[in-house]
Amino acid sequence: MSTVVIYTIITLITLGAFAAMVLYFVAQKFKVFEDPRIDEVEAALPGANCGGCGFAGCRNFAEALVRSEDFADLFCPVGGNETMAGVAKILGREPATQDPLVAVLRCNGACEFRPKTNNYDGTATCTIESALYGGDTGCQYGCLGHGDCVEVCQFDALHMDPVTGLPVVDDAKCTACGACVRACPRNLFELRKRQKKDRKIYVACMNEDKGGLARKYCAVACTGCTLCFKVCPFEAITMGTNLAFIDSEKCRLCRKCVPVCPTNAIIETGFPPRKEQVQTESSSVPSAESTDNTAEPAGDKDISKNLKKEE
Amino acid sequence: MKTFSRGGVHPPENKLSATTGIQALPPPQSVKIPLSQHLGVPAKPAVNKGDMVRVGQIIASGDGFVSSNIHSSVSGKVLKIDNELDPTGYKRPCIVIEVSGDDWMETIDQSTKLVKETNSEPESIISKIREAGIVGLGGATFPSHVKLSVPRGKKAEYLIVNGVECEPFLTADHALMLEKGEEIMVGTQILKKALKVKKALIGIENNKQDAIRHMADLARNYDGIEVFALKVKYPQGGEKQLIKALLDMEVPSGGLPVDVGAVAFNVGTVFAVYEAVQKNKPLFERVVTVTGTSVRNPSNFRARIGTPISALIEASGGMPEDTGKILLGGPMMGKAVGDIAIPVIKGTSGILLMPGIESKRRKIQPCIRCAKCITVCPMGLEPYLLMPLSEKSMFDRLEENKVLDCIECGSCSYICPASRPLLDYIRLGKANVSKLIRTRKSQ
Repeated sequence: MSTVVIYTIITLITLGAFAAMVLYFVAQKFKVFEDPRIDEVEAALPGANCGGCGFAGCRNFAEALVRSEDFADLFCPVGGNETMAGVAKILGREPATQDPLVAVLRCNGACEFRPKTNNYDGTATCTIESALYGGDTGCQYGCLGHGDCVEVCQFDALHMDPVTGLPVVDDAKCTACGACVRACPRNLFELRKRQKKDRKIYVACMNEDKGGLARKYCAVACTGCTLCFKVCPFEAITMGTNLAFIDSEKCRLCRKCVPVCPTNAIIETGFPPRKEQVQTESSSVPSAESTDNTAEPAGDKDISKNLKKEE
Repeated sequence: MKTFSRGGVHPPENKLSATTGIQALPPPQSVKIPLSQHLGVPAKPAVNKGDMVRVGQIIASGDGFVSSNIHSSVSGKVLKIDNELDPTGYKRPCIVIEVSGDDWMETIDQSTKLVKETNSEPESIISKIREAGIVGLGGATFPSHVKLSVPRGKKAEYLIVNGVECEPFLTADHALMLEKGEEIMVGTQILKKALKVKKALIGIENNKQDAIRHMADLARNYDGIEVFALKVKYPQGGEKQLIKALLDMEVPSGGLPVDVGAVAFNVGTVFAVYEAVQKNKPLFERVVTVTGTSVRNPSNFRARIGTPISALIEASGGMPEDTGKILLGGPMMGKAVGDIAIPVIKGTSGILLMPGIESKRRKIQPCIRCAKCITVCPMGLEPYLLMPLSEKSMFDRLEENKVLDCIECGSCSYICPASRPLLDYIRLGKANVSKLIRTRKSQ
């Protein structure tokens, strides 16, 4: 009995040793050299594998960083300057810096401003609805509200607001990875420069229809009236096809454009409330009371008044 | 009786307007004529705002080879050239004309007398068809002159005339065959001449006995035209399915019917060819079926291109109160629209007003792997697999699985017991894969 056990142990040890030797030589022979810095760089990256850098995951990006000479076009939007500085230290190169960005939704067409003209009962995704037709409101540029963007956000920074039917960006959680920008079939998301205290001023509309038509179907549409364009002291506003655009690089947050907008299409968030004086000055136009909540459309009562006037 | 072998479904036929004949609809007060009514490059406007136009006058010219001319369907003043809602559901460039009178171009022969003889050469026939802006009226709206220009190295042997009309509810082709059978025969002879082929086969599904008998009687007087009754099965009206049914030949994946020596035209297109070549009349009106289970008078109208669909609905007895969905085309391949101001275009074969209860979508449930979609797919694809691939944006695998062979007949979505929106996703995948292929080619 005992001899059987001893022989078994000896056989197994010999086999094991032989296999180990074979494996050792094979491993030496077919060894693939991998830069040890790749592992280090990968460890320094956030590890979200979100694809915001344009590469298939953090490992892929780390390989590209190690290969690159000067970090041209390579940036991790999630980790930001801090992470890039860490990476630069590991690789002994100059760190690349970029202003931090944040995603904003360029549509304010909540249900109350943009009534439905028909009912869509097909597959509840934005991509399919937009492939089928212009949408269930008269605006063929606005948010479809099925939340394709919420689905793709890995950082829990996007939520649907059940009241407005629009997605809301949580500034604190948004890493500007750009997943929502790619997911939105209407190209409604824009990555804008993150300002002090997350203050934002932007035109929340992408409707390229002529002013009257845009207004017909959405009370808060940009009509391309150029009033904001004329009032801007910093030349930050440019006019597109019946549409104004505020360049976040040039905008100095002076807030002059907000009260002149006749349709409240320009949204300001993160500002302290305006003083009384400013409101009386611009009493003819509905003033946009600033709130800290992005979803809260500015001055809804004023808009309904405006609407009645138009009718 | 002949039919295609692979897949297919049997939806209820519901041909409500089969015996009502064709009524001519007077021109409406204004028409909206989209610049893109065909596959290919949109036409370029040839008129300006404020111009007076006459019926049959060219108002937009085809830009490039795969494109088509567009003619005014009414006489009157061009109000504007602007973006208007068209059947795609988006605002696209349209020419809006305010109608005054009904003043036709004098080149058009308005008499109903049958002109049998044609002395034109094949080249001049094709150029006439091109001038007249004729596109495939079965629904795909592919420019006919492109189909007739057989690529070098290939030879057409058969002309297939498609009178199948397998789509439930629609009867436009059926009515046309009954009323204009003789003209279709002459049109077939013209197309045979243009293609230099000896044999023409007309396929008609067996649920149109009167049309089969009528066409077969007429065909006896014409050389080389044969009429075939086909077993009823959807989607037999698909070009590739019809070729399989009539000739027992399969068009290779990614290929054209001419690869097996066949060129197919819808009976509506053949009639338009007759009118263009023999009567000099460009394509500016077509037969449109207005139907639905609660429509008062389901009918077939000869309507001018650009007429708002509301005018057709009005003419058929008004919009039924229980309407839940308006489809352009039939229930299988039709497209729901959100506005009744959109115009009839060259590819509009019917308007189906579905009652609310019929039109409700059922709840989407998980795939149970019953493989019914594979059984019914006439192209031999695997819809259950293509849908998740498209959902997950795996476009290279979609391409490997031949998503571009899909003819979008909707049999898979129709049969799915879990009511999964298979075709919606496959269509999305097709669009993305063709985009990928285009970028690959341009590199």
